[in-house]
Amino acid sequence: MSFSTLIQHCLTGISLGGAYALIAIGYTMVYGILRLINFAHGEIFMMAGYFMIFSMASFPWPISVTITIAGTILLGVAIERAAYKPLRSAPRMSIMISAIGVSYLLQNLATYLFSALPQSYPEIPILKKIFQIGAVSASLVTFITPVLTILLVYALVMLINHSKIGMAMRAVSKDFETSALMGIKINNVISMTFVIGSFLAAVGSILYFTDRMSVTPFSGTLPGLKCFVAAVFGGIGSIPGAVVGGFVIGVCETALVALGYSTFSDAFTFVLLIVMLLFRPTGLFGEKNIDKV
Amino acid sequence: MKRRLAFALAAVMSFSLLAGCSSSGTTSAAGSSAGSQAASEQPAADGGNVVKIGVFEPVTGENGGGGFQEVLGIRYANQLFPTVEIGGTEYTVELVEVDNKSDKTEAVTAAQSLVSSGVSIVLGSYGSGVSIAAGPIFEENSIPAIGVSCTNPQVTAGNDWYFRVCFIDPFQGTVMANFATQEGAKTAAIITQLGDDYSSGLGNYFKKAFAEANGEASIVAEEQFQTNQTDFKAILTNIKSANPDVIFAPSSITTAPLLIQQARELGITSTIMAGDTWENQTIIDNAGENAEGVCISTFFDENDTSNPAAGEFVTGFKEFLNANPDYLNRNGGDGVAAVSALGYDAYLTALEALKAAGSTDTTAIRDAIGSVQVTGVTGNITFGENGDANKDMAYIKTVEDGAFKFLKTVTLN
Repeated sequence: MSFSTLIQHCLTGISLGGAYALIAIGYTMVYGILRLINFAHGEIFMMAGYFMIFSMASFPWPISVTITIAGTILLGVAIERAAYKPLRSAPRMSIMISAIGVSYLLQNLATYLFSALPQSYPEIPILKKIFQIGAVSASLVTFITPVLTILLVYALVMLINHSKIGMAMRAVSKDFETSALMGIKINNVISMTFVIGSFLAAVGSILYFTDRMSVTPFSGTLPGLKCFVAAVFGGIGSIPGAVVGGFVIGVCETALVALGYSTFSDAFTFVLLIVMLLFRPTGLFGEKNIDKV
Repeated sequence: MKRRLAFALAAVMSFSLLAGCSSSGTTSAAGSSAGSQAASEQPAADGGNVVKIGVFEPVTGENGGGGFQEVLGIRYANQLFPTVEIGGTEYTVELVEVDNKSDKTEAVTAAQSLVSSGVSIVLGSYGSGVSIAAGPIFEENSIPAIGVSCTNPQVTAGNDWYFRVCFIDPFQGTVMANFATQEGAKTAAIITQLGDDYSSGLGNYFKKAFAEANGEASIVAEEQFQTNQTDFKAILTNIKSANPDVIFAPSSITTAPLLIQQARELGITSTIMAGDTWENQTIIDNAGENAEGVCISTFFDENDTSNPAAGEFVTGFKEFLNANPDYLNRNGGDGVAAVSALGYDAYLTALEALKAAGSTDTTAIRDAIGSVQVTGVTGNITFGENGDANKDMAYIKTVEDGAFKFLKTVTLN
């Protein structure tokens, strides 16, 4: 394998990893705050793809991107209000089942509304511009994805560590009830979590689909599962962990295909999940959970 | 508040249930309306002489686009020839359409539903995998089937009840390999879809023929991808480093534009070639400029003037398409796809077989198919010993200025 081929593969892997990382953060943040695995997150990502297709049909791309992000955030918050909020005091299992229900509802709604045939994703001309450096060639989106991911994660970490709402989030994730007693408006904090998670899913969706150009109602399922694995791998609840997990899975998957084992590229992700749960259930960056009696 | 929300959620659920019902309702209504339309033209007053022809095609799923074009050819033929004379009695032809959803499991269910609706003969399918899956069902129930554009040899091999009107993959693979060699290609890369009979079969025959002409070392890369995969960058990067003259990538219509665009994005300049499935305008629409120069082989060309039957068909079929905006939309304009022409030919072949058999007994029909001769729009159709049509000519087309342009015909002996 020549050097330029290696670089080309790395570029593909890192770019895929960046998109995974953005989605994985959504899983990890919701888990951190609510102790809920939001199974509908992959479907939110898929719906963001459809929002983009329909807004691009009548608006220029900067407006479409704004509409897509706003629509996705609204959808995420609406799901939280309708399907999770009423179950706040219910056992954790009920809320998880509710999440699975929402996931299937969105899939089937999309099949009914947009048909199961793949829809072609619109092109954002600037992002599709092709760059050539030596023998390595890729469109701008491939270069932008990892950079944008890092920038967004940095901004997010800043927000969590140095702002009032960030402080509230940290407090809620430490102890739900005590923080409520201290006067933190729990519902606002949870809504904010879904706003951030959906925002990142929308950005991830634009980057992911611009590179892959077709959306079906089932486009969100596999990336969703993989990003969930990424979040667990990095230690669910930890933002840097989710980012690292996303990149690791993206790069490993590409490497497997590059080496000729494309049959096993999906299986690998789930083997990774099992191995991680067996040997280090808290993930790379996860904290050991001490139950207070 | 909670109660109201619960009520709202329940309403949403029941709505989605209804939605499911209504969508399935329309498909069955479409099927039965096609039937009732045929029946209404010649009311069943004359003792109810109706012969049922099953249409076994994918109209949804991966191959839904191409499958529907085939159905259109069959519907058009049915509109032109709604009746057939069998043994001196006039029979009305009723089309029974089922959707095999481009899926091997669904195909078996769809085939069984055709069997239970009592069809005398089956037409279809687009896509070899579904035809291979349904073959044993037709064989067990003694129902003859005429494949339309399923090109894998295994469809008819070892099955006395399956015939087909198109050429087969060993022929098509050799045609494309010869064409590539004639164009000066010395090295080739092959991309196929895992677990897809059409794709891996055709890829294999191309490989064999190309290696025979240019030596074993001329196949510089062989890559596979999974069904519904949308990211081909890793396999394309490997191909780029092998730097082949041509890339042969027989695959579905949905895969094609993604593959073409990602290849050009990575800076691959090799000629991309594929088989009959790629002759579809949506590929050019989705891949845009990147599709320029793509070469394909197919069964038929609408601008071919050597066959008078073809000219007549093209004019009539275009009128048929233009009369129905839905057909026009789903066909992607009023271009005549090769699979529509084959669908038309398959219907004519079925009628000839019914006439020759002189009865609606399925065994008699099967025995008759082998000896019929049809002057079809894709050439004269006679059947060889496997039940495959004797075809020795393929059309090569290339994409130029956003449309398929006829390049040349290739004949093999």
